[in-house]
Amino acid sequence: MTAPLLEIQTITAGYGAAPVLHEITLSVPPRTIVAVLGANGAGKTTLLRTVSGLLRPTSGAVRLAEEDLARVPVEHRVRRGMAHVPEGRGVVAELTVDENLRLGGLFRTDRRDARRALAEVYTLFEPLARRRGHAGHQLSGGERQMLAIGRALVGRPRLLLLDEPSLGLAPRVTAQLMGLLARLRDDTGLAVLLVEQNVRSALSVADRGVVMSLGRVVREADAALLRDDDALRHAYLGF
Amino acid sequence: MDRIVFLTVDGLSRGAVYAAMALALVLIWRGARIVNFAQGAMAVAAAYAGHSVTAATGSFWLGFLAALAAGLALGWLVERLVMRHVGHDRPLNAVIVALGLVLLITAVLGIVYGNEFRPAPPAFDRTAGFAGLSPYDIFVFLSVAVTVGALAVLFTRTKAGLRLRASAFAPEVSRLLGVNVGGMLLLGWVLAAGVGALAGMLIIPTEFGLHPNAMDRSFVVAFTAAVVGGLDSPLGAVIGGLAVGLVLSFVGGYLGDQVTPLAIIVLLLAVLLIRPDGLFAARAARRI
Repeated sequence: MTAPLLEIQTITAGYGAAPVLHEITLSVPPRTIVAVLGANGAGKTTLLRTVSGLLRPTSGAVRLAEEDLARVPVEHRVRRGMAHVPEGRGVVAELTVDENLRLGGLFRTDRRDARRALAEVYTLFEPLARRRGHAGHQLSGGERQMLAIGRALVGRPRLLLLDEPSLGLAPRVTAQLMGLLARLRDDTGLAVLLVEQNVRSALSVADRGVVMSLGRVVREADAALLRDDDALRHAYLGF
Repeated sequence: MDRIVFLTVDGLSRGAVYAAMALALVLIWRGARIVNFAQGAMAVAAAYAGHSVTAATGSFWLGFLAALAAGLALGWLVERLVMRHVGHDRPLNAVIVALGLVLLITAVLGIVYGNEFRPAPPAFDRTAGFAGLSPYDIFVFLSVAVTVGALAVLFTRTKAGLRLRASAFAPEVSRLLGVNVGGMLLLGWVLAAGVGALAGMLIIPTEFGLHPNAMDRSFVVAFTAAVVGGLDSPLGAVIGGLAVGLVLSFVGGYLGDQVTPLAIIVLLLAVLLIRPDGLFAARAARRI
């Protein structure tokens, strides 16, 4: 087994006095998609916010490629190869498609590769190329999701944190998205921590699955095992 | 006819300065969601700094540059020492702090320089020449046009501008993308205070001279201009400034100077009642 890219070690975190996450431990190896599943309020979004640094854990550690991130501010984590696509997609509605995408590469010092990455994203998401000059708020839900993920890819991340990418998307679009994640994993070695309510699609592409309930990890297993575990699906995932 | 030409030119010339001040207010509003009520006082402080340099060196232009530099520095100080520590959970906090800053700056200026008017001679002749334009009017138009143009290029054509806009619209997302949002906020304050200082240097010589409260009236007018244009819209600030300058010039010219303060308030009230977001505010883009 390869050394994990992301290691989350017994973190406890929350807003105010009451913790939302209780001693969560999980890891994401390179070239792996880990799906985090669970009902509303299980703490999935809070987990991603803690990993990307928007929320400070009260205890525990987050490590990326064996570096402790406790003292690394949010805006520096993207330079370490971590990209967080927040829930609700985080497209800057007032900026154009092109500006949103360029924003994703501004931190890079290798300007040439940043331009190449931008061109690649336009090839990957063909509809975005046609709407370059449109403002973010003029896009459809699917296009906005493409834009948010494309913007993350312009930074050439090693680890992608995706929060509910299927939210509000048609099933066909969701399937395409999941296919794209699998392709990126296989072609570029991208690691993905995928938070999803849509358990079926998430498990269709994930290598591992983590089930959360009320801020704790209640089950962690290969995605294939979780797919076939009827009792677990009934108890925590509701289908 | 001459009167109309004179009032129009005078209105546009003052309006250009109000436009610059309104633009400074918009810059800070967009970045920090704070109406910087201390803008006028900060500009006066910068003007006094320039006055001191001119008195020491005998050079008007050195003093002028010193005032602009002092403006930038004051913006830096106010953001770093004061505004960054004001909680943003309650909008009123920032307003109260800014008003407190006005009292503080005015009082310190009064202690250091005294409360009497000091002469502030204009850089160029103010007698009207061709088409009713005085050399000073041309200086004002050029200064403001260059400043507005430079800001427009900065915001729309450069990486720093993209960062500035992104942090203003979506601070959290910008941080996730590696933008130093705190630094952008600081840059916004510095730029705005510099523009404010320029406006002060342009308008003080056209009024009674240098005094700790010299910008109070101009600030109210500029604030009105910013609200007329929409606090979110740089273009609106410029148009609002020119429009308000014209309105005041015509009201003052035809109805008398006593009426102008009233006209400002009426205009402000009318805009707030009819289009509270301002005339040029883009319909808020819905964030999903």
